[in-house]
Amino acid sequence: MVLSATDKSNVKAVFAKIGGSAEALGGEALERLFVAHPTTKTYFSHFDLSPGSAQVKGHGKKVAAALVEAANNIDDIAGALSKLSDLHAQKLRVDPVNFKLLGHCFLVVVAIHHPGVLTPEVHASLDKFLCTVGTVLTAKYR
Amino acid sequence: MVHWTAEEKQFITSVWSKVNVEECGAEALARLLIVYPWTQRFFSSFGNLSSPTAIVGNPKVRAHGKKVLTSFGEAIKNLDNIKSTYTKLSELHCEKLHVDPENFRLLGDILIIVLASHFARDFTPACQFAWQKLVSVVAHALARKYH
Repeated sequence: MVLSATDKSNVKAVFAKIGGSAEALGGEALERLFVAHPTTKTYFSHFDLSPGSAQVKGHGKKVAAALVEAANNIDDIAGALSKLSDLHAQKLRVDPVNFKLLGHCFLVVVAIHHPGVLTPEVHASLDKFLCTVGTVLTAKYR
Repeated sequence: MVHWTAEEKQFITSVWSKVNVEECGAEALARLLIVYPWTQRFFSSFGNLSSPTAIVGNPKVRAHGKKVLTSFGEAIKNLDNIKSTYTKLSELHCEKLHVDPENFRLLGDILIIVLASHFARDFTPACQFAWQKLVSVVAHALARKYH
């Protein structure tokens, strides 16, 4: 799967529109992930996962920051997320299926807060981008 | 048989009561064909699918989207018996249409994104949970008669 020039500009436009609210969206996507796909909670037994949890919000900020970083370095996502990729391979070892679930929840929160931005074409580009991020983060698993 | 809590049933039926089946079905199917272009393989008889604009405006896509979502409504009317609701459709999708069941999962997730864009904050995480469960049960029922 390759991100075309149009995909890249669509993704950058989404993140430009989202702007500073990316951190909040990250937190919301994570909260939705835990509620809509409860199996994902198995990776966070050390977290308070109750509604409004500061830990979840804090972790959502980190996730959003990584997505923003990837979007800002969209010509070399593997390079930009290399350290995160190592972390996931060596330490976190989150099953690859979960990146799809989080990507889906991120699309849901973008749809909720910025429905006008998520045209079918942009939806396609953003989905491809999120898949690419997931692929990069699991690339060193084996 | 799937167990639904009263709350889950409420989330499903209250969202559904506000859905414009024709519009929502058309949008969901169009997005499926745009976001996952390989799904177009089943629709070679639909005419012009050459661009997102063409797909969104394609009357056959709109009509088929409405048909698909109308059928989804049958599951919602028969939440306690989704399996048998889809027995014949499952056989059809396997024996005549030859559709990989993975496509049902893809369409289910697209439907959820469409609902989210229309219902915004009303589509709460708990509401999404109920709908994820529903689309998963529907996909499973449609795949059940495959051989």
